[in-house]
Amino acid sequence: MTSRIFFYAIVCTLIVTGISIAWLRHTHAHIPFLPGLQSQVWLVEARIDFTALGAPVTVSLDIPDDPPGFQIFAEQTASPGYGFSILDANDNRRGEWSIRSASGPQTLYYKAQIVPQRTPLTAPGDAARPGAAVVHWDASEALAARQILAAARATSSNHASMTREVIKLVATPAPGQNAALLLTETPLVPLLEKLLNYAGIPTRIVLGLHLEDGRRNQQLVPLLEVFAGDRWVHFDPRTGRQGIPDDFLLWNQDGRSLLDVSGGRNSQVRFAMMNQSIPAVQLAKTTMEESSFAFFGVHRLPVEEQNMLRMVLLLPLGALVVVFMRIMIGVQTSGTFMPILIALSFLQTALFPGLVSFISIVAFGLLLRGYLSRLNLLLVARIATIVIIVISVILFSSLLGYQLGFNTGMTVTFFPIIIIAWTIERMSILWEDEGPREVLVQGGGSLLVAVMAYLLMAWPVTAHLSFHFPETNLIILALILIMGNYTGYKLSELRRFRAMRLKWLP
Amino acid sequence: MKRFIGAFRLKKLGLLGMNCRNIDFIGRYNQRSLYPLVDDKLKTKRLARRHGIPVPRLRFVVREQHQIRDIERRLSAAGGFAVKPAKGSGGRGILVIVERSGEHFVKASGARLTLGDLKRHMSNILAGLYSLAGTPDVAIVEELIQFDARFQGFSHEGVPDIRIIVFQGYPVMAMLRLATHASDGKANLHQGAVGVGLDISTGRCLNAVQFSRTLSIHPDTGQAFDQIRLPDWPGILHLASRCYEMTGLGYLGTDIVLDREQGPLLLELNARPGLSIQIANDQGLLPRLRHIEKVAKAKRHASPEDRVRYAMETFGEPGSIDTRPELPFRTAEVRG
Repeated sequence: MTSRIFFYAIVCTLIVTGISIAWLRHTHAHIPFLPGLQSQVWLVEARIDFTALGAPVTVSLDIPDDPPGFQIFAEQTASPGYGFSILDANDNRRGEWSIRSASGPQTLYYKAQIVPQRTPLTAPGDAARPGAAVVHWDASEALAARQILAAARATSSNHASMTREVIKLVATPAPGQNAALLLTETPLVPLLEKLLNYAGIPTRIVLGLHLEDGRRNQQLVPLLEVFAGDRWVHFDPRTGRQGIPDDFLLWNQDGRSLLDVSGGRNSQVRFAMMNQSIPAVQLAKTTMEESSFAFFGVHRLPVEEQNMLRMVLLLPLGALVVVFMRIMIGVQTSGTFMPILIALSFLQTALFPGLVSFISIVAFGLLLRGYLSRLNLLLVARIATIVIIVISVILFSSLLGYQLGFNTGMTVTFFPIIIIAWTIERMSILWEDEGPREVLVQGGGSLLVAVMAYLLMAWPVTAHLSFHFPETNLIILALILIMGNYTGYKLSELRRFRAMRLKWLP
Repeated sequence: MKRFIGAFRLKKLGLLGMNCRNIDFIGRYNQRSLYPLVDDKLKTKRLARRHGIPVPRLRFVVREQHQIRDIERRLSAAGGFAVKPAKGSGGRGILVIVERSGEHFVKASGARLTLGDLKRHMSNILAGLYSLAGTPDVAIVEELIQFDARFQGFSHEGVPDIRIIVFQGYPVMAMLRLATHASDGKANLHQGAVGVGLDISTGRCLNAVQFSRTLSIHPDTGQAFDQIRLPDWPGILHLASRCYEMTGLGYLGTDIVLDREQGPLLLELNARPGLSIQIANDQGLLPRLRHIEKVAKAKRHASPEDRVRYAMETFGEPGSIDTRPELPFRTAEVRG
């Protein structure tokens, strides 16, 4: 009894492990469970134009670090003659181009493929509470600022509502006297930043992009970032709307300069963007590098080995079909796992041409084998002869197929030749011993199992799962273990024992 | 006839299925290391002789390919013989020659073989064509069984044999297998032989089937099966029961033939006996096996005699107990 419990514990462990590893892989590495899924990717291009002065040039562009709601999937630059590197200092990444000497108009590109993150992220919370920047005003400006802040404070309760009130007072089409005075000296967004800092609310300006498909010549748009409570909260400086807008990519996050050019002038940076679709699996492959699952993923291997593994990982499915058909249904096959090998070759040849060529090769082989039995050869020599006959048949059908313009002639070489030779030999003996009926039963059973295994292995969903989630084999293993313990009747036995009348029933 | 029978009905009737047999009986009671004793007929024969169990006499063994060359000389003694692969299964590769007619060897069916055919058959055996895993094998040549005259008319072109399932030393079910024209002299049910279920307590016919269909007369000879009553039935059961001690296999199929002069002989043993015996008996094995599982735990019956007596008392058919022949001997009446 304890061994039973142990057995079911193993089976449950296998299933739970298989499912949970697959689920973790799905959530961490973002490999989809179904094949053919497409992911949306934004291709954002920053174009830097400037005029070089004929001296050493260094261009430093702030590039997105870890924009909330997005993940950088790939980045590249196009900049002939320039050296490029990404500098990573103080959690701030900058792309830096450099060249010993350049003159005249220069254009540099930085491209990034950016993936919308599935899980919505909150704005990054700084651990340390920042202090408000110190602000200097003229005497008259200070007075106006104080009056605006007093009015805003009166109608607000905390930093966030205070910010909204200040924006409401300043960013209106018809600002009040105080606001109008301040706006003559300072543009709207820096003014808001200044005002809020003056009120003791830590505030800074961040720059970002509204992502819209096919837009060119875009500029970065400023957002106000206000430290409210325990984290940074974003406000649209024109509308006072709180939060990061949809499809808004924060580009320049901590108030450092966007573009520094030394050795050039008239520099400007413009943005273009477009929406792309790429297969989700491909996306997952590239983004998985940093995931801990990458080590166990098949994608790490060279492509050639991946292709071989793709076939090998399908074998358990075929084994499952064979186990099911033999234990539960009771189909007779010639050779236990021969049907899997046939099914694998059907994968190469496609089903119908594969079936036709397989049956004709075996039938032709049987015919010649009938003659061979008269030569009175030893068994090993006879099998070897059949191997050569099978190869000749395949060669001939390949040539014939090629001449007639069929492609299938070429692909029959995928059949496991030795296995076919053995099949022919066994079928031939079976024919002599038990008659043609048994040959049809066993041959038909083998083909039936092979076709079922083929259909399961050729189904894109199972092919996808077995390759990208190798842990599903644990589930298959558990199923095979369960079936290996099945002591009930086979379907064929219900037919075999149909004549039982059981008049001696107790 | 219905095309299928319901699984629940089969279960209620106690029918033993293939999967259940493999896991609950063969897997549990048959040690793998003991298999070679029964999978190799030569080893079985030697073992049986050591235990004083009678077997058909061995003429010689062909072990090497070159020994086939002078096979004619060794077969020169006239008369019939049987060629068998030592590791064959399911009756495959067994060739029975009843007599010689000039250059030819005559099979039970009357078909004639040349010396060349015979040599090819032997060389196929040596190469392992009939062996379980395709491994090289040896061919054994046995003396032909002179089967009991009382079976005349019940078996066509072949020797009838008695299959008894022995579970932990108790004979639990028995059947007589009769060759027919359809089975080409072979006694395997799936090849078309007739299976006659035998009452464990009397050795009388209970039921007869061919190709899963019930029969009352032999398809070739027209003999009525209800005439069958095996002679020396307790002796036959006793022989079967002793094979348990001999091999140590808990779930065993014993094949026994009745020779005219030597009486019951052990033909071969099978560690994976088939399930058709249930069709021949029209009964399920499972209730009997479960019953013996309980009885064997108590270890009441130490000797084969005790076990046979217990089985005859327990597994007799209702209504057949009264007509049970007096032990130990009673010859069957057979219409000639």
